[in-house]
Amino acid sequence: MSGRGESFLLLALTALIGIVASVIPLPYWLAVLRPAFVVLVVLYWSTMAPQAGGIALAFCCGLILDVLSGAPLGEHALALALVSYLAIKLHLLVRAKPIFEQSLFVFAALMVYETMLWLIDGWSGHPLTTPLRWLRALTGGLLWPVVVGFLGRFHSPR
Amino acid sequence: MAAGFGTATNRPLYNRGPAAGLRFTVYAILAVTLMYFDQRQQWSAQLRYLLQAAVYPLQVAVSSPVTAWRWLTSSTADRTTLRAENQQLLARQRELELVLMRMQGLEQENQELRGLHAALPPLVKKWQLAEVINVETTPLRQRLIVNKGSRDGIFENQAVVDAHGILGQTVHVGPWTAEIILITDPEHALPVQIVRNQLRSIAVGSGNPDEVLLPYVATNSDVKSGDVLVSSGLGGVFPAGYPVATVIGVSRETNQLLAQVRAAPLAQVERVREVMLIEFDPAHPAAPVLPSAAVVPPVAPAAPTAPVTKPPAEAPQ
Repeated sequence: MSGRGESFLLLALTALIGIVASVIPLPYWLAVLRPAFVVLVVLYWSTMAPQAGGIALAFCCGLILDVLSGAPLGEHALALALVSYLAIKLHLLVRAKPIFEQSLFVFAALMVYETMLWLIDGWSGHPLTTPLRWLRALTGGLLWPVVVGFLGRFHSPR
Repeated sequence: MAAGFGTATNRPLYNRGPAAGLRFTVYAILAVTLMYFDQRQQWSAQLRYLLQAAVYPLQVAVSSPVTAWRWLTSSTADRTTLRAENQQLLARQRELELVLMRMQGLEQENQELRGLHAALPPLVKKWQLAEVINVETTPLRQRLIVNKGSRDGIFENQAVVDAHGILGQTVHVGPWTAEIILITDPEHALPVQIVRNQLRSIAVGSGNPDEVLLPYVATNSDVKSGDVLVSSGLGGVFPAGYPVATVIGVSRETNQLLAQVRAAPLAQVERVREVMLIEFDPAHPAAPVLPSAAVVPPVAPAAPTAPVTKPPAEAPQ
């Protein structure tokens, strides 16, 4: 049990890094391309350590993102929890794939995430949208091998 | 550090499906409830206020490298640079003093012309300088976070300007921070007026930090590149006559009812480091009409009270 506690600390720390990376000010064109780092971190822990509390982590991170971005409270929390749930459901399937196929799964998960945000934006009275918002799902998918390489240093998957 | 959490968590021999499903359901219900209350009720404003206080350290941490760098460069600046800067500032101050002298004369003249016997109170009741601690510029959101909040007397829908023009207004106010929606945010609309011919319109953010759009200008109306837009005083947040943007492009198609007008904000939306949060004296005739119909600026022309009709006369030139 003590092992799990420490692991959750690690989860929280890496998630914090993800949150910081997603709010650091960037120039306009880079901000468009900035992947949703928090989702990548949550996806990583949900697939690699599915029992370590990925959904709780996702919910908490999502709430922080909501506050930081002024979105309706619960918007990012719901989208992240959904993505985390899907990843936990599919973790055995995804983990067995080579890294580039994993990237495809991650891209799909990021699209689910963006779609959730898009729907909730629409329902909550922020109907404005732009095609550029889908771009970061692509960069997120491409960045997946880097995320695995980086977070894999902190524990041994498999 | 990496030793303690190996085996138990990383080797799931089977998928804990039902448990994960249950947990997801619980969190999803929680999230939906939160969203519902955030849209409909008031108490979630308090929750947001608390959470905003909770993420304050994070925001400070994110901005700290920039702050540290600024502090370092300013504290290691050498004597000659400081002296040169001082000279520049002094020259600038004299220039402004000259302008101000003329301004005071004009103000007095204006008062006499309008038959006012008592001096008007100053329009700006109170202003505060705040430092930008975070910038968000994406196509959907153009926001600033500044380091002043309700503890410093900041309130929602307060006008925010920089040295060159209107920047935006406050939206979410936490105890120590406030979120500012910029005029370039696609959800922001600002009632404006062309200085040259007093034509009124609405400047809507484009999602691009270099541009605002005027989507409601008729094709045959008199707008051209180089026109300066100032706030028109409608809408209840900004008083009349504050500079907003310069028109940089007008495209007209004869079969369209509306012209496409683009304008560049005068405020330095992307480079701004310090902003001014202004509180206006409601007793002044040029002060913005208090928020009765203020939430949706386009509806504002319906408000028929006296101060609304006065601002054009108050606007410079």
